[in-house]
This record gives sequence, C-alpha cells and structure tokens, in this order.
Amino acid sequence: MTEKLLARAGAVRVAGVVAAALGLVTVLLPWAYGKTALDNMTYFFGPSFLQLCYAILLLVALVALAAKWFRGRLGRFAKAVAWADTAKAAGLGAAGYALACLVAIAVQNGGLVMIEPGGWAAFGLALVTGGAALVLPGSAKPTLGKLKSPPWVQILAIAAAMAVVLFAAAYELNRADIEDFLVFGCFAVAVVVVGRAAGLFGWLSLAAANNRRVLSLAAFAVAFAFPFTQNGSDANMSVANQVLIFAATAMGLNIVVGLVGLLDMGYIAFLGAGAFTAAVLSKSAFATLSVDLPFPVTVLISGVVASLLGLLIGTPTLRVSGDYLAIVTLAFGEIFRITMNNLDGVDGPNITNGSNGVPAIPNLDFFGFNLGQVHHFLGVDLGRQSNYYWLLLVVIAVVIVVFSNLAHSRIGRGWVAIREDELAAEAMGVNTFALKLLAFAGGAFLAGMAGSVKAYRDTAVSPDQFVFLESAFLLAAVVLGGMGTIGGVLIGATLLKLLPEKLRFFEDYRLLLFGALMVLMMRFRPEGIVADERRQLEFHDADEELAEEVEEDLVSHHSLLNPETDRGAVA
Amino acid sequence: MSAPVFASGATKPGGERGVLLEARDVTMRFGGLTAVKQVSLQVHDGEIVGLIGPNGAGKTTFFNCLTGLYKPTSGQVTLRGDVLPPKPRDVVKAGVARTFQNIRLFHNMTAMENVMVGTYCRTKANVIDAIFRLPRHRREEKASTARAGELLAFVGLADKANTLSRNLPYGDQRRLEIARALATDPSLLLLDEPTAGMNPNETRDAEDLIFRIRDLGLAILVIEHDMRFIFNLCDRVLCLVQGEVLIDGTGDEVQNDPRVIEAYLGSPQAEAGD
Ligand SMILES: Nc1ncnc2c1ncn2[C@@H]1O[C@H](COP(=O)(O)OP(=O)(O)OP(=O)(O)O)[C@@H](O)[C@H]1O
Ligand SMILES: [Mg+2]
Repeated sequence: MTEKLLARAGAVRVAGVVAAALGLVTVLLPWAYGKTALDNMTYFFGPSFLQLCYAILLLVALVALAAKWFRGRLGRFAKAVAWADTAKAAGLGAAGYALACLVAIAVQNGGLVMIEPGGWAAFGLALVTGGAALVLPGSAKPTLGKLKSPPWVQILAIAAAMAVVLFAAAYELNRADIEDFLVFGCFAVAVVVVGRAAGLFGWLSLAAANNRRVLSLAAFAVAFAFPFTQNGSDANMSVANQVLIFAATAMGLNIVVGLVGLLDMGYIAFLGAGAFTAAVLSKSAFATLSVDLPFPVTVLISGVVASLLGLLIGTPTLRVSGDYLAIVTLAFGEIFRITMNNLDGVDGPNITNGSNGVPAIPNLDFFGFNLGQVHHFLGVDLGRQSNYYWLLLVVIAVVIVVFSNLAHSRIGRGWVAIREDELAAEAMGVNTFALKLLAFAGGAFLAGMAGSVKAYRDTAVSPDQFVFLESAFLLAAVVLGGMGTIGGVLIGATLLKLLPEKLRFFEDYRLLLFGALMVLMMRFRPEGIVADERRQLEFHDADEELAEEVEEDLVSHHSLLNPETDRGAVA
Repeated sequence: MSAPVFASGATKPGGERGVLLEARDVTMRFGGLTAVKQVSLQVHDGEIVGLIGPNGAGKTTFFNCLTGLYKPTSGQVTLRGDVLPPKPRDVVKAGVARTFQNIRLFHNMTAMENVMVGTYCRTKANVIDAIFRLPRHRREEKASTARAGELLAFVGLADKANTLSRNLPYGDQRRLEIARALATDPSLLLLDEPTAGMNPNETRDAEDLIFRIRDLGLAILVIEHDMRFIFNLCDRVLCLVQGEVLIDGTGDEVQNDPRVIEAYLGSPQAEAGD
C-alpha cells in the first residue's frame, strides 16, 4: 500500500520535473503574435527579458522538485531548504506570472487570438509543475535561517540582494507601458513569495542583523546610485523625491503612532509648517520675510517652527487620549490649513499670501553648485530632480539615524512603555507627559525638515497641498508598512506614493482601491508589511507558535549583536 | 548608578531604627464610599510590614494613596520627614517603588527592557545625548544594562532576559515586576499580593526573595492574603477592615486577636487564614 503510494509520488515528481523542463523550452518560442507586446515576445529563439523571468521561476521549481534526489554534500545542504514548499511557490508563481503575461499580451495586442501556442504552453506547463508540487507532501519549516555561514558570504549576499533591488527598481520604474510595469511587479511578488517559502529571507535577515552597518551602507549606496540608472530623465526622479519627502514625514509620525501609540490624524500640518517657513524665508519675490540664510539654517528653523507647532498642539491635546486625540489632532490639521489660507493680509497679517501661497522659490545653490541645473557626471546627465534627490537622501538619512538612535535609548524605552501601559510607566518613574510632548515635538521636527526641502523642490508652497487626505495617507503608510519599524515605513511610503503615480489610469478609483487594500491588510496582516517583532504579537494574541518564533529570533539576535549597536526598545 | 547597587535605606548602625515612611490619618473617599478611613502607619528602616484585611478592605487603595496614583481626600504621607510629592513619578524618584495586584508589565518588551524602564528615573541622558550617542548616553546605557542584568539574576530570571514578558509564566512575571521596581533604586518597596496565583514552592521562593531584599537594606510593605506567608515574614502586621485600622501590632498579637479572625470569617470559632 505504502509502496504504491511512494511509487505514485515518484511518478508525480517525475511528471513535474519533465513539465518544468519543457516549460523552460517555451521561452524559445514566441508567446505573442503581431505587434511587439511586453518587451517583444514575438521571436523564435530570442527570449525577451520578461520571458527569462518566467524561466527563472520555473528553473527554481525544477531544482526544488529534483532536490529530493540530491545526495552527498548537496543533499545535506538541501536539508536546510524547504524544497517542497519552494517548488509549490515557484511552480504556481510561474503559472501566475505566465497568466499575467498572457493577459497583458491580450490587452496590448487586442484579444486572446494574439497569444501564440508558446504562451499557452508556458502557462500550461507551469501549471502542471505547480500542480505536481502541490500534490506532493509539504516540507518542514525551512531551517536555512539557522545555517551558519562565513561573514564574507553574508556580506556578499547583502550586496547582491541590494544590487538586485536596485536593478529591479530601475527596470520597473523605467517601464513606459503600464502592462509591463504590472507584469514585472507580478514577477517581483512571485520572487518574494518563493524566497519566503525557501527560508531565504530568514537567512538574509539574519545576515542583515549580523551586518547592520554593511546593510545600511549598501542600502544607502544603492539609493545613491539610483539617479545614474535614469539616463538623465527627471520623471522617475520626481516620483522618488515625492517618496522621500513623504517617507521622512511618515518617519516623524512613526515616532508618535508607532512608538508612543498616539493617534495623530493631522500630521501633514507639520510638513506644511516646515514648507511654509522655508518658503516665507526664501528669496522668492513673493516671500514675505525673505532673509538671506544659508540653507542648513533654514532647515533648522523650519524644524524648530514645526516642533513649536507640535508643542502648541500637544500641550492641550495630550491630556486626552485614544479616539479623542485622533479627533482633536484632525481638527488641528484643518485649523493649520485654514490659518495658512487666512494669513493673507485681509483676514490677518500677510505672511503666506493666502491661498496663492509662495510661488517662484528659486533653486538652491551650494557653493556655486546650482541644484536647478543639469550636471554632467560619469557620462550621465543628472537633472534638477536628481540634485534634489541627493539632498533629500541626506535628509532621510538624518531622519532615520535620529529615529533609530532615539528608539534605542532610554527615551525610546520610555515611549514604548507608555504605549504598553501608560499608568504603569508613570508609576515606574517615567515622565509620561513630557515624553509624549517630546514625541510630538521631535516627530514634528523631522517633518518640518522634510518640509523645508519640499518647498525648494516644489518651487511653490500653498495651503491646498496640506489637506486631510494627505494626513490619512501618512497614517496609512505607517500602519501599512509596519508601526514602529524603519524599513516598513519606508516601504509603506514608497508604495503609497509610487502606485498612484504609476497607475494613473486608475485615478478615479484610487481611493476605492486604497480602501480595499487597507481592509485586506487589517484583516490578514494587521501588523503591517514589515512587522515589529513585538507588535506582531499584539495582533496575533492566540498565536503561541509565532510567540515562540519571535522569541527565538530575539534571543539569537541578542547573542549575535554587540551591545553598542544592539537593538534596545524596539527593533 | 554604578558602584554600590543598593545603597539607599540602610539601617542605622546600632541604636534605634529611623522612621522611613509615615502616613498620618490618610482618608480616601470615592463619592459616598470611604475606601480608606483615617489610616496611620509607620514603616521603619529595614522593616517588613504586612497589610492584611478582607477583600475590599481598602488595601490597594491605600497603596495608591501612598504612591501618588490617588490623591488622598485628607491626611499626609511623609518619607523621612518630607511630604511625598503628588505625582507618581516623583514618588518613585523620592524612593518608593511598587508592584501591582494585577500584574502590569510592559507586555511586548523583553524582561530586560522592562527592568531597564525602571532605571529611567535614575538616568539623565537627554535627546541630544541619545541622538548623537554622546558619552553620557553610552555610560548610562551600559550601567542600566548591567544593573538590569544584576537585578534579573537577583530575582532568578537571568536566563529569561530576552523573553517577552508576556510569555513568562505567572510566577516569573511577579518576580519580574519586583525586579522592575527595584531598578528604580527605592528605599521602600510596596508589594501588592506578591504571591497571588503562586504554588507553595513559588511562595517559598518569594518569601526568600523578600528577605533578601530586606537584607539589602530596603524596607518592605506587603499586602497579602496568605496568612502563613505574612506571619513568617513580617515584623509588624496591620489589619484593615472596611477602610479602618483594626489592629497594628506584631505578628503574634494580630494572629491571636479574635477580631481579626472575625473580620475574615465572621465567626469566632473558625481558624484564620488558609
Ligand atoms: N477608583 C475607585 N472608584 C470607586 N471605588 C473604588 C475605586 N477603587 C477602589 N474602590 C472601592 O474601594 C474599596 C476598596 O478597594 P481596594 O481595591 O482597595 O480593596 P483591597 O483591600 O485591595 O481588596 P482585595 O483584597 O480584593 O484586593 C472597594 O469597595 C472598591 O470597590
Ligand atoms: Mg487589592
């Protein structure tokens, strides 16, 4: 009986491997007929890049299915990977990806008839591979994460991962057609799913935890290199700049919401305060105060003004908590916008020119390096947006360092203690009111700094840029990304700014889509995309297994890191 | 913060023990209900004082009055002759730390971090120190970590330092709360039912722990329903009934007072405690 079962399992495995091998051949066939669809899938023996992506997924599935037959050293290594789950994810991922390609071809070239047999075969064979993997028994949890590896392997892996991220981001952003954009997005998601299934991410995140400095440097280097992938085009750089401004502001909100657990629904006011301060102080002909200050001083003043506003709002409102605080801060956000509208010389003193705001803010100029001009460097034209991008990169680096250093200090511990149990924190000697105020002021400072650069990048500041919807999006970026985390908030901010920008045809349904996304997130992953190890538990109360897992993680991280760079209150 | 870990509250060498905490005619009213009525109490250096009484007698309310969580309707509390400040965090700073009847740990922080929060009021690193990782931050962080480690070892949780406090067994959570309170460097420790929910073994460990804390030079005021525990432990016992002090005396005096037995059981024949 069992022998029969085993024989049948063997047959299924062979079928899966054969299907995968045949599937690999289909990339040599054309998938589309007629017009060049999806970066040209119309050639015989000329696989396009997007076809190669399919091949990568299927190859992984093939190897994963065949891993059962590995022997010797390879076999021992193979034990650390959850091959069966990898095969499932890769096979089904390839099928899903192929399906996305077919749909895209049909949409672009007009109808299903434009799909060549090669395309159908690719989809069918991937489906067979995935199906075979699905039928075979699953595997135990991947232990790849616990595998020991020499430091140079870890560092190389981080560098490679970063290079892949840079390449993928550049490729994705340079897609002109929305179909290409979405299809490659599908591939990226499939890769992430496969990596998770194999336990690769567990291993990578451990490597990252062991080499924090290397990771930060690599991430920064990649971010720094990004403009060079744009061939002098400013379009994507402009989006990237919006993302960075948004992310810096969200990071400020992350202190208030993520660490201290206070709900602030009017946060955009602090970005606005910074932007208006910089605009009013700028050399624009419309600026009302126009002082000739070095830019770093302007940034500081903007931050200070924003944090003063934070104190102004915080002092009375922080006495209420929960829903009341949300409503009061929402009101303050609106009051800010309306006040900016009214400081027009009619209803009040003329500071902001009312609804016209301050236009024509001149470009920044650092020692003769004008940020408004195109510069030629390393054979690439770097436009205005690239210049501001690098400036914003400095700002976000500062913001991240401030956030992380504060979070891993006695102050950060105090903040998290307030979030966990405010009364107990007070009874243990934590000055809860002062710390909450500090969170308000500190977060506002970060947002204000971002605002000052925003003023110069946008060249104009007006009150209607700071509406409630923006505050809601900021909050969504923090919640969606992962409260209290750095990576999560960066990802959340990127998604929330990038998607609306790229999916312009969706414009009318943007809010609908966004609402649906939020509902789905809250239902299936309330802790956000990147979960703070600790917060994750709050949302999955009954999940004992998860609790143990997180604990193991914490223990291993603690023993691996040296105390100075150790993770303190939050990770 | 560094050298002598538990410096405060040492017993005066020879001679009379000084009065550490004194509550005078503390009354706490909630609307029509008087939860604590004219309660006076003295705790001397290095003393373990028990506070007993039936459910709802006002013991926890009295603790809250001592620690600033409630502002007493009338009466005064002094520590070494100085009136205690009104805010809970200032009371902690003055040297009175407490645990809670229903454990109030920071659940999603590790045991280590919980204890380190206790050192908050004895450290001074400000925002600038933290952001720029200035020497003061690094020095304090090192000292706090070391101190928290010591305290965890002291209460027997050294191997649980990186466990989230929510995942600790009940008994360990109680001990962690004590460690967190000790981290505030108190001269008086208030324990609200430290053995509630513990098995006999754990109770014995808790007893031992409290003696060891006393030996460090702290005074302890402890609420408990377990009579054997109380009479083993305490130099003096105070019995509260319906907010009023029924009797304040040595363990033997209280143990043999028929009114105490009656307060608990309502009938003079039965035996006190469990
Ligand atoms: N905040 C409050 N508002 C109104 N009544 C309160 C409040 N806190 C306590 N009480 C009342 O005061 C009385 C004393 O309560 P307390 O919690 O101090 O009793 P206890 O001696 O600690 O009892 P137990 O042994 O059950 O812990 C009770 O009747 C309680 O209902
Ligand atoms: Mg009580």
